Amino acid sequence: MSSALSNLFWILIFPGFLFTVVLGLAASWIVRKVSALVQWRVGPPFAQPLYDIMKLMGKEILLPQEAQRHVFIAAPLVGLAGVLLLSTMLWRITIAETAFVGDIIVAIYLMVLPSLALILGSSASASPHAAIGTSREMKLVLGYELPLVLAFVVVIIKTAGHVEPGQQLSLAAISEHATVLSVSGMLAFLASLLCVQAKLGFVPFDIAESETEVASGVIIEYSGALLAVWKLMHAMMLVALPLFLVMVFLGGFGTAGWPLVAGIGKYVLVLVLIILIKNTNPRMRIDQAMRFFWFYCGIALAVAVILATIGNYYGISWL
Amino acid sequence: MSWKTWSLKKSVWVFHVNTGACNNCDIEIVNLLTPKFDVERFGMKLVGSPRHADALLVTGVVTRQAAPRLKEVYRQTPKPCVVFAIGACACDKGIFHAGYHVVGPVDKIVREEDPNAIIAYVPGCPPKPEAMISGVVKALSAL
Ligand code: SF4
Repeated sequence: MSSALSNLFWILIFPGFLFTVVLGLAASWIVRKVSALVQWRVGPPFAQPLYDIMKLMGKEILLPQEAQRHVFIAAPLVGLAGVLLLSTMLWRITIAETAFVGDIIVAIYLMVLPSLALILGSSASASPHAAIGTSREMKLVLGYELPLVLAFVVVIIKTAGHVEPGQQLSLAAISEHATVLSVSGMLAFLASLLCVQAKLGFVPFDIAESETEVASGVIIEYSGALLAVWKLMHAMMLVALPLFLVMVFLGGFGTAGWPLVAGIGKYVLVLVLIILIKNTNPRMRIDQAMRFFWFYCGIALAVAVILATIGNYYGISWL
Repeated sequence: MSWKTWSLKKSVWVFHVNTGACNNCDIEIVNLLTPKFDVERFGMKLVGSPRHADALLVTGVVTRQAAPRLKEVYRQTPKPCVVFAIGACACDKGIFHAGYHVVGPVDKIVREEDPNAIIAYVPGCPPKPEAMISGVVKALSAL
């Protein structure tokens, strides 16, 4: 197989598009089923997310009259492409131990892409509800990016204490150490768990697409196949973002034997934590969310950065 | 049956339109989501935008003010879609039949917009949740 073909295989089939979509649909079933169980309901059947996507694919696509058509149609595809790249990259680093300079920065950028696509798409749709959703989504992005990057700084400081001089500080190197087993690592993990909650648009941070307030906000005008693309993007994010947390904080995924089982266990743990937070909290207002991210998470992470630096300097690994 | 109809039957997303109901029918609709009935078992869920919906649950006599809005919501729903007239009011104006503000019932207004609309009737004042589920099943098996 030539290298171009094998790259295509990586991106489109395993572990890129097909694999991640299947996993993601299963994960979104888990989200709905566990939420149902928490509320003492039975919940949907296992293939429900697949039925939803199939049905949306077969429905009519309505374009709002005043919408910016090209942007409106392109935005979901941009978002999907971003998540596709992110998940392919993360799996590839896990499975084939590839590393390249600056992969951490690339991962951070790719994680913003879905939110940017949402902002683009909804502001192109010429709907007042979507406009409110857009402004909330923008503020939310501003809110959670700061703590997420700070949490990353903690991890980088912690890992820098472990790697030998000259070795590259890449995601693969980071995923060899479970940063969460220290005070600063724990703080950073909790803060970024909440950031991931906001990135996924789950309660308490579903402010941008709150159904009861702004009628699905950012995706209100999407229908048919375009809505299906948003749903697919969301399903893939349900794989990529917890996987990212597992790699950065919990010591990564193995590829065979016990490390693989442990990796799956860690992924499920993160997913269930996210679902439980989703089901036990009311929705925040946007100003509360920003205060929460900038003020409380910001202070906690500043403390974590200081602790990590001290721990590194004096060689205390639990700090 | 084509895969489109098949998957539509497996996952019906509903949007709730109140066109002047007394609110009792609306309460019964929300009952469908509670643990006792849990229609998510059948893949149904309430959505916040008509653009995501496959079925419109319309309650109430259609008032003069509500009629153009009902038509607009119907236009905004991607086809194929089913309209459910929930309750005696929506089916045939019920106890409000002589009201000066009433232009309904629902089927008349929807047919003005689209003569071939698929409309299902669930009578009752208010209809029981069981009746609504049975109505949905009948309508879907007729698709
Ligand atoms: S059918 Fe009965 S319960 Fe329903 S809106 Fe009319 S009066 Fe109210």
